Amino acid sequence: MIELWHGLTRAIELIVTLDPEVMEIAGRSLQISVTSALLASAICLPLGVLIHFRRFPGKRVLVSLIQTFFSIPTVAIGLFVFVLFSRAGPLGGLDLMFTPLVMVLGQMILITPILLGLTIAALSGVDKAILDTARSLGASGFQAAVVALREARFAVMAAVIMGFGRAISEVGIALMVGGNIRGFTRVITTAISLETSRGDLELSLALGIILISIALIINIILNRIQQR
Amino acid sequence: MPFIETVNLGQKYGERDILKNINLRVERGEVFALIGPTGAGKTTLLRLIDLIDMPATGKIYFDGVDTAESAKVRLATRRRMAFVLQKPVVFNRSVYDNVACGLRWRGMKGSDLRTRVDGILEMVGLSADKSRNARTLSGGEVQRVAIARAIAVEPEVLLLDEPTANLDPVSASRIEELVTSIIRHYTTTIIMATHDMSQGQRLADRLGVMMSGELLQTGDTRDVFTLPRNREVAEFVGVENVIDGVVVSSEDRVVTIDSGGRFIEAISDHAVGVEVSACVRPEDITLALSRVSSSARNSFDGEVRWVVSMGPFTRVEIDCGFPLVALVTRKSAGEMGLAKGQKVFAAFKATGVHVIKRN
Repeated sequence: MIELWHGLTRAIELIVTLDPEVMEIAGRSLQISVTSALLASAICLPLGVLIHFRRFPGKRVLVSLIQTFFSIPTVAIGLFVFVLFSRAGPLGGLDLMFTPLVMVLGQMILITPILLGLTIAALSGVDKAILDTARSLGASGFQAAVVALREARFAVMAAVIMGFGRAISEVGIALMVGGNIRGFTRVITTAISLETSRGDLELSLALGIILISIALIINIILNRIQQR
Repeated sequence: MPFIETVNLGQKYGERDILKNINLRVERGEVFALIGPTGAGKTTLLRLIDLIDMPATGKIYFDGVDTAESAKVRLATRRRMAFVLQKPVVFNRSVYDNVACGLRWRGMKGSDLRTRVDGILEMVGLSADKSRNARTLSGGEVQRVAIARAIAVEPEVLLLDEPTANLDPVSASRIEELVTSIIRHYTTTIIMATHDMSQGQRLADRLGVMMSGELLQTGDTRDVFTLPRNREVAEFVGVENVIDGVVVSSEDRVVTIDSGGRFIEAISDHAVGVEVSACVRPEDITLALSRVSSSARNSFDGEVRWVVSMGPFTRVEIDCGFPLVALVTRKSAGEMGLAKGQKVFAAFKATGVHVIKRN
């Protein structure tokens, strides 16, 4: 108990004094996950629009497939990316294994179903009359799609934030394809898992507090958005 | 060449025909009203004309061009029109942005855009609300925004679907004034749908009567109201008295129609033996307490069955062998002391009877 209390006070000290290692790890976590959330959004938002507005055979199957992948285990994606980028893998020649880039790629794959599914759900919430109105006022297909996204902007933003939240809190991919290399691919979650196993509770707790704070901030933003 | 022409236009909802063989021609600059009861297919037709939906069958020609040619033609043609939906929705943005959107989509920006939008907002009386989120507006204001953003693009064709249907009387008359001023100040071709036949009469040059997905009659507003083509149209345009009978004599276009032993004289070309319906508008019937000699060829004694006050008028239902509805001013109803059970004489001119052949 005393040990835990000591760890907690040291952890807060580390945060308050802006300990370089803690800040460096938290900063990298944010950098990688923000990048993956933004890149995945850049792909998923237009793709979501396309899936929502186009009529094609197998659409419903596709949508439920997307929803199924909402809760795919991170280690499964870690394994998939590992196999893909490992020396002997089909993309091994790119030599991306154990780099932040491959972590970003893995996280993008992880959150793509969430972003796609929630974007489609957000667009389904847009009154069909909005689209008729846009088209009747001379909007092209593209312009009408922009209208729909803008009408659903709060729900779409919530989707992006959800994706970011899932990316920053996952550990499987970061550990398996990032490798937890100090000063290069070490992020909050991998650091916590390593330091805890080594018995360094101070650093783990400090990073844990930061991660929970990020989750809290995300939740507050989400709540704000949903109240609009 | 008509400005807008539909040829055998049809629409299906699943297996059900909701629009059948619509052949409509609208000339440039004309105000055309589609009237008909709810569910007649007016909205469906407007959506097809605005090229929002694809027809199941038939063609739409706009300014002589087949609109089915390509998606490009459809967009370009749609941009020459504007459509105000029956239940207008506003974008979740400011009033200004709502009015500006159609212009922005056409590439207008900068001071041109501002001047145009501000001018339109002035016209519809929403200048003070331009920064407000349009979602916070009342029903009448939403309708005005909807009309404002439609006329902002200076459409060659303005399509209005029941522009006053969901509004309170005050907002409704404001919208009608707005439409009237658009008709006066712009040369826009207007096609509007309304179930309110008097509104159609007030605003339109020509009418089309729609029922059960079919266009039953088109013509000048006056003609449709006085010379309905068949019983359904007659009943819809407010001819409350449709009396079935058979032509028993015909002399110099004056025909006598036998309706269960009562004889009605009318002007018609139908020959002896033809089964017809005699249409008499309630306002063309005069009532008196005693038989008066007048130029009216038709005079029937009857008994008052029901009296209802309708604002400045009183609606009187009479049984004179066949049911007859008359509309008299409240003043004269009061003077005659019309009440249930009273004996009255109903008179109408032979020229006040419109005869249609039954099928």
